[in-house]
Amino acid sequence: MLGFLAIYKKEMRTYFTSPVAYAILTIFLIISGFFFANNIFSYSNMSLNYGNFPQAQSYLNIGQSIVRPLFQNLAVIMLFFIPILTMRLIAEEKHSGTLKLLLSYPITDKAVLLGKFFAVVTILIIMYLLTFPYVVMLFVFSSPEIGPFITNYLGIILMGTAFISLGIFASAITERQVVAAVISFGALIMFWVISWMETKLDTFSGKVLEDISIFNHLENFTKGIINTHDIVYYILFTCFFLFLALVALESRTWRSK
Amino acid sequence: MDMIYVKNLSKSYGPTKALDNISFTVKHGEVLGFLGPNGAGKTTTMSILTCLFPPTDGTATVAGYDIYKEPIEVNRSIGYVPESFTLYPDMRVKEYLRFVAEIKGIERKKIVESIAKVISDTDIADVYTKGIKKLSRGYLQRVGVAQALLGEPPVLIFDEPTIGLDPIQIIAIRDLIKSLSGERTVILASHILSEVSQVTNRVIVIKEGKLVAVDTPKNLMKSMDSSGRIIVTVDGDESKVNKVIKKVGGVKSVKKIDESISGTTYHVDVAQGKDIKGELSKAIIEGGFDLVELRLEEVTLEDIFIKLVTKEKED
Repeated sequence: MLGFLAIYKKEMRTYFTSPVAYAILTIFLIISGFFFANNIFSYSNMSLNYGNFPQAQSYLNIGQSIVRPLFQNLAVIMLFFIPILTMRLIAEEKHSGTLKLLLSYPITDKAVLLGKFFAVVTILIIMYLLTFPYVVMLFVFSSPEIGPFITNYLGIILMGTAFISLGIFASAITERQVVAAVISFGALIMFWVISWMETKLDTFSGKVLEDISIFNHLENFTKGIINTHDIVYYILFTCFFLFLALVALESRTWRSK
Repeated sequence: MDMIYVKNLSKSYGPTKALDNISFTVKHGEVLGFLGPNGAGKTTTMSILTCLFPPTDGTATVAGYDIYKEPIEVNRSIGYVPESFTLYPDMRVKEYLRFVAEIKGIERKKIVESIAKVISDTDIADVYTKGIKKLSRGYLQRVGVAQALLGEPPVLIFDEPTIGLDPIQIIAIRDLIKSLSGERTVILASHILSEVSQVTNRVIVIKEGKLVAVDTPKNLMKSMDSSGRIIVTVDGDESKVNKVIKKVGGVKSVKKIDESISGTTYHVDVAQGKDIKGELSKAIIEGGFDLVELRLEEVTLEDIFIKLVTKEKED
């Protein structure tokens, strides 16, 4: 447990003593701010246009018209950001040779992995905490429902966590950070587009592909629905790739290098 | 009690055998030299002892803990300084040592105290607040030793600790290792004999994954001495001197190897186990020649090492 904390603290320190965290947080804020502003302008235009049609006003909903597209856009942004955050985690230690010394300490591989995993999850949470002013702004100038905000944040954090587990796995199977980034980026894109095949296959296979797709499970959250099916999917996805990462890290024990 | 117990250890990387049935023990407080040319299997052995990967065959215990069953306890018992290691370049020495102390599970209250102790033991107070990437190799090696000492492990393993250091730093590191032995059990892996012989009580020589010798440096030298050779320098007529020397009982062969103003130098090979220094000098003087020098050829550890690791090729 102590070992896990030490790894966690070290990773956090590494992110914040180097420009990595600052660069990513800044760029993320600029992009998310842009999306937010863009959605606000569209919404305000729509409000003006629909102003004369009382029956259309029921379609005007901050949750559906601002928050939902914002988080859908941010989900795509995660696709680029998470691989960059996770690529160095294990690959760098392998490449520079620090892993050998690290593994000679009285600490389990699991603790090493989880310490690193939760450090990136923390960065992810910080990223989304920084978007809080947007929410506050909406509440100051309007009176939206609170529910969709909660489900959107929950959904994107769960999805981001799943991305991170895949990123760590990619980092554990190679010594090169760039290779790790390419693998996790490619795999995430596949998990996204795989559902496009859905309509071209028979019902059963189509259903399976739809269920595998990592972005499909975000849909309900963006609509303001919490479905245990989606939560279970993300948790299973995360556990599965963390397990694979552990196997990759432990593979040195049964593989000759 | 044996602090380190290694039995029939083998390790194969595909078809190549890096270690072939190695067994040895190290007693509590002993300093063991682990010698072998590069690629002989030293680092493989150290990696197995530190549970980085398991052996293909055989078993080992460290401080009573089995490497298969209790790897975490094994790791807790060992302070390891790997060969040409790297530390996290972005960290300061201070942060790094604290990180290691936490990972090793040192109690929160004792962390400051134990870090202070290893700093004074390894004499790195000067670089304590510096960034690791700014350290010289000599200081880096000291920080490497400091991290190994944290948590007071009963066993210390050094893998080629003087590689890449200048002569002054080599002496400093050697003295440091010497000062650390005593209560602790130390394994010093190296391909440099003189380094090992100055620090250790016993050496193991391995070659191509096989154990070739286990003994004290002194005994190794003694075993070589028996096939003695005397170097003798005499001023006088060559053929006559040759005859006189050959007459002495026990002399196998005489060979002229050098000539200078002071005299001619010969290598006199002597039959095993015979000490003929006295007779030889007497014979030369009685023959009417000037005896300039007479000494046993000194067998250095290097000779032994070279002989041990090349022996099998000759066979």
